[in-house]
Formats: sequence, structure tokens, C-alpha cells
Amino acid sequence: MEHAINADRFTADAERTGWHDQALWFVRVKRDRMANALPEWEALRTRAAAIKAYVNANLAELLERFETQAQARGIVVHWAETAEDHNRIVLDLLRSRGVTRVVKSKSMLTEECHLNPYLEKHGIEVVDTDLGERIVQLRKEPPSHIVLPAIHLKKEEVGETFREHLGTEPGASDPQYLTEAARGHLREKFLAAQAGITGVNFAIAETGGFVVCTNEGNADLGVSLPPIHIACMGIEKLLPRLEDLGVFTRLLARSATGQPVTTYTSHFHAPRPGCELHVVLVDAGRSEIAANPAYREALNCIRCGACMNTCPVYRRSGGFSYESTVPGPIGSVLGPLREPKKYHSLPYACTLCGSCTDVCPVRIPLHHQLLSFRQTLAEKKLIPWTKRVGMRLTGKMLGSGWAYRLTGRLARWWVPKLPRFLVYSRLNAWGKQRELPPMPKRSFRELYRIEPPDDRRR
Amino acid sequence: MTDDARRRILERLKRVRRADVPLPGELPETIVFDDPRAKFAEMLRLVGGTPLDVADRDAARAMLAELPVVRQAKQIVSYVPDLVPGTPELDTADDPHALAGADLAVCPAEFWVAENGAVWVTDRQIGQRVSLFLAQHLILIVPGSQWAMQMHDAYRRIGSIDRPFGGFISGPSKTADIEQSLVIGAHGARSLHVVRIG
Ligand code: SF4
Repeated sequence: MEHAINADRFTADAERTGWHDQALWFVRVKRDRMANALPEWEALRTRAAAIKAYVNANLAELLERFETQAQARGIVVHWAETAEDHNRIVLDLLRSRGVTRVVKSKSMLTEECHLNPYLEKHGIEVVDTDLGERIVQLRKEPPSHIVLPAIHLKKEEVGETFREHLGTEPGASDPQYLTEAARGHLREKFLAAQAGITGVNFAIAETGGFVVCTNEGNADLGVSLPPIHIACMGIEKLLPRLEDLGVFTRLLARSATGQPVTTYTSHFHAPRPGCELHVVLVDAGRSEIAANPAYREALNCIRCGACMNTCPVYRRSGGFSYESTVPGPIGSVLGPLREPKKYHSLPYACTLCGSCTDVCPVRIPLHHQLLSFRQTLAEKKLIPWTKRVGMRLTGKMLGSGWAYRLTGRLARWWVPKLPRFLVYSRLNAWGKQRELPPMPKRSFRELYRIEPPDDRRR
Repeated sequence: MTDDARRRILERLKRVRRADVPLPGELPETIVFDDPRAKFAEMLRLVGGTPLDVADRDAARAMLAELPVVRQAKQIVSYVPDLVPGTPELDTADDPHALAGADLAVCPAEFWVAENGAVWVTDRQIGQRVSLFLAQHLILIVPGSQWAMQMHDAYRRIGSIDRPFGGFISGPSKTADIEQSLVIGAHGARSLHVVRIG
């Protein structure tokens, strides 16, 4: 896949690109307001990163501790090495209990494992209950953002989808009206479900419980009616102590949507009387990332989406251009970590502006990782040869004084004389969609020689 | 399968264990509000909820009797029956689905949090925890004297968890999934009143 080609398709509609850009910037501004209102904000981020560093360094012990505590409370713990294992475990649980109707709240892990199509293939109806996720599920699209799954859609498009599937009025696009329609539709699903699946925002080794955060209350509804709750979590979601939640619950919603805390921050520590509670611990490549000193901080991610909302590339290219479950800056690290061949172009979907690193609540050095990935990919020969050869030559030229001067002189003399079609050809990516600045007559060195700076002018 | 997976995952992780990464100790200094009570009310309003402060249970009973969400409710599930009487079949329901038609839930909460308008609720005195999410409207009753400045404080108060369910609830259910327009009443409660007594 090539991010640039996908992005081209998105930006072909300039008006929509601008709208998308603004919608996400609005969320970023809300985040800033919240962050700036807390004097300890930066200290909280530092603490969160330190806790996560500890977790990444001691994951085995923490997982064992979690398992022991959870089992003592009557929670059944399952281990899955791969996405396929995870799907099979969930299917077996449901099948053996005769479940055919499931409601599921938002979980990037189950997206990553493609749980829905797997369960559907085996005759189980899975209804995504987060409003945004339900919208894209009805449209047979993946989510385009990890916190705002339907951010790519206009309300008229949602109205059309709901008219088709939920029978709302043709042409109706009022968000209040549409949300009300979804509420009615999903209540039926909640009441009919035989099992509820959720993700996990944080699991606590010390207590053996876990926390799920939503604004809609859909996770809580989904697991408080049926007798079976299955929670699926990546092994990196662990925190050592209950008190660590103080740090993370303060960071998550402020970073994600600019709220002081999520509306529902629910702690599950045992099954309801007479019911079942299962936790599926999923590795699926995480232990490899934990073993990789250059990138292991990527496991810190709490999936707040802040790096996407601030990213100038994501805002203007849309979530689908990344073709990966997690898009944006963190997706551009996680994608090539898992499948370097498929996602080789993602580390280049980045201006290296560093804004993602500035907002990330767990201080993942995102833009440094993206930069170093370019090197890793080049070494593995996973970028196009034109770029590889071009970069090697440019490197040589910039490394040698005379070659640099000569190239500059040639360019200043030749480029203005070249016909347009040559300068703005396919070979020159920098001439795409923009005019090059006029070539200066003299280089900086030459100007410096002619007019050396003197004290008077300084 | 899951036993083998467990062994292999743990083996891989043990190989990369690093003993030299410490857990951070002291918390950073955190924000302190001059008037925590007012801050809570301000934050609860910000997230779409309604704070109500009363002196004692008698005052609460009188005030609640006049509240439109109480007066208009036909079916009420109440776990604070001395303040708002509930519909008997609902209060004692064994099947959570029996609450599908509840217009209002009245539930006890343990303490409030100044920084974000949240209230800590557990299933200790709540027969069906789904009442918190399934009823059309929600009223939480919390002692005014039980509070936390911010979330660090809140978890210190909680100390250890001995209930199947505990949650912070901050405002009514909401979504902004359609073009970022805020809509109150996504799946859960359409309105939230927090009554602080004393
Ligand atoms: S990388 Fe950081 S900013 Fe991006 S989603 Fe994860 S936690 Fe949030």
C-alpha cells in the first residue's frame, strides 16, 4: 500500500479535506484547553511514561500477578498468542454457551484481530454499540479514527445510512434526531444480547480487575444485561497499582476529547452474581515490540487519538489512507512494526513536525520513531529503489563541500532555463501541487563574500 | 492451547525483563481548588449534569418530590427508598431486563470528585447495576461530606476494591460521533442529577 496515493484520493475533494482538517483541529483545541488548565500536566505525562516504562520492563511478572488476583475474584483468564487464537477463544466461549447474539463496545484490539467478520462467518451476530462504530458497521466500513470512528462522515451521509438501515426520515440529518434513532435501535440489541464483549482501557495487576471507559455508557449496558462478559485486552494494557489509575484517568479523556474525565469510567472486579466474566490476554506481536529497545515505548499507547487530531498529515489525508486499524502517527509506528512490507510507506506520511510527540500523554517519541523507521526500512531495502538511490546520492552530495557547491551552481543556472514540463515532471515530487520558489541568482556563500556582515548593521 | 500460549508469552517476556526500571515514587504536586464544592458543581454543569445541594435528608425528600424527572416518572427503580419510593417490582427484580421500562433510577453514591464532576458509585447497595445505565434518567445521592479533590485523591479513598462493580460517573450519557455535535442521551441516562446531602 502507498499512503501518498491513498491521500491523493482523499484530497481530491478539497472542500471535504478542509472540513476534516478543521473538525479534528477543533478536538485538538479542546484538548489544549484542558491540558493548560492543569499546572501538573507535564508532570503527569512524565509519570505516566515512567509507569509504562516499568510495565514494559516487567510485563511477565505483572501479567502473572494479574492472573492470580483475577482468578481469586472469579474472573476466568485466557491467553492468546495470536489474533487467530484470540478469535478462536472468543468463538469457543460463545458457541459452547449457545450464544448467537452479541453486543460489543469499542475495542481497537478486536478490530485489529478482525473479530467481527470471524464471528459473523460462524453465524454469530455482532453489533457494535458505540454510535460511531455502529454507523461505520452499517456502512461496512472500518473506523477511520480510534476515538471518533465516523469522523470522516458528514451528517447527511449518516442520515442516508440510517434511512436505509433504521428507517429514519429521508433527508433527515439532525444529529439529535439521528442519535435518538440509534438509541432506540440499539436498546433492542442490548436487551436481546446473550453476551457482551468489551475492550479494556486499563487492567490492574495489584487488584486483578480492569477499567473500561466510554462516554455513551454502551459498554456498561452491554455487559450489565446478559450473563456473560468477555473483555479482550492487549497484554500492554496492564498497570501495576490501583493508584496508577489516578494518573491515567486524568490524562485519557483530556487528551482524547478535551473532557475532564470520561463519562463512565467503570471498574470490573468480579462477575455479577450467577454470571461469567472472562478476560482474554492477547499478545499478537506485543512481546516482540517489548523486546525491541528502539520501539518498545510504542506499547505505552493508551489509544487516546491525540496524535491523530494534531497530525497535519492525518488531518488532511483521512484515516483510511493508512489502511491500518490504528492510523495516524502511532499507527505509522505500529503498522510497520507488525508488517514492514505492507506498511513501508507510513513512516513517510509524516512531516517530522513533532506535534504528535508534544501531545502524547504517555510521551512516546513518535516522530523520532518515525524518523528512525525510515532508516530501518531503507536498510531492509523496503522502500522504492528510486528513493534509496536518490537518498544515497543526495547524502554524498551534501557530505562533500565541492559537490554541494557545484550542484548549487548548476541548479541556479539550469533550472530557470528548463521547460516547465521537465521541472514539474514525475521525477520531482517537490514540484507536485505547488510552485517552486524562484531560483536565487547567488548562493548564500557568494552573498556573504560580497556583503560581509559588519557591526554597524548588526 | 491457552496453557501453551501462556507459557510461551511469559517466556518471551521474561527474557526481556529489565530489573533496573523503577516504579515512580512520590506523586507530583497537584492542583488544589479553593472551593472544591463549587468546583464540583461547575464541572458537573460543564459535562451536562445538574448539581443539587441540600442540608439534610428531609430537605432532600422534599426537593426530590418536586423534581420534574421524579414527578413525570411512571416506573422508578429506587435504591434510596426513604428519599424516593420506587416501583416495587423493579426494586427487587432478579432479572436486569425487568428494568427496560424504567423512567428513572435513584441510586446511592459514595463520594464526589471536585476536579471533574464525577461521582464514585459501587454496586454495594444497588440491586441491579444496569439501573445506572438503562433508566432514562438518573439521580445519584451522595453525602456532601465525602469527597476527593482529584483522581489521585479519589483512588486513595477507594484504597482497595471489594465489589464486582465500581465506577465514576461524570454527567449524563453523551456522544459527539455525528459531525462532532454534542448530543446528550446516547445510550445511557438522558439526564443526571447529583444530590449532595449535607
Ligand atoms: S501514541 Fe500517544 S497520542 Fe497517540 S493515541 Fe497513543 S497515547 Fe494517544
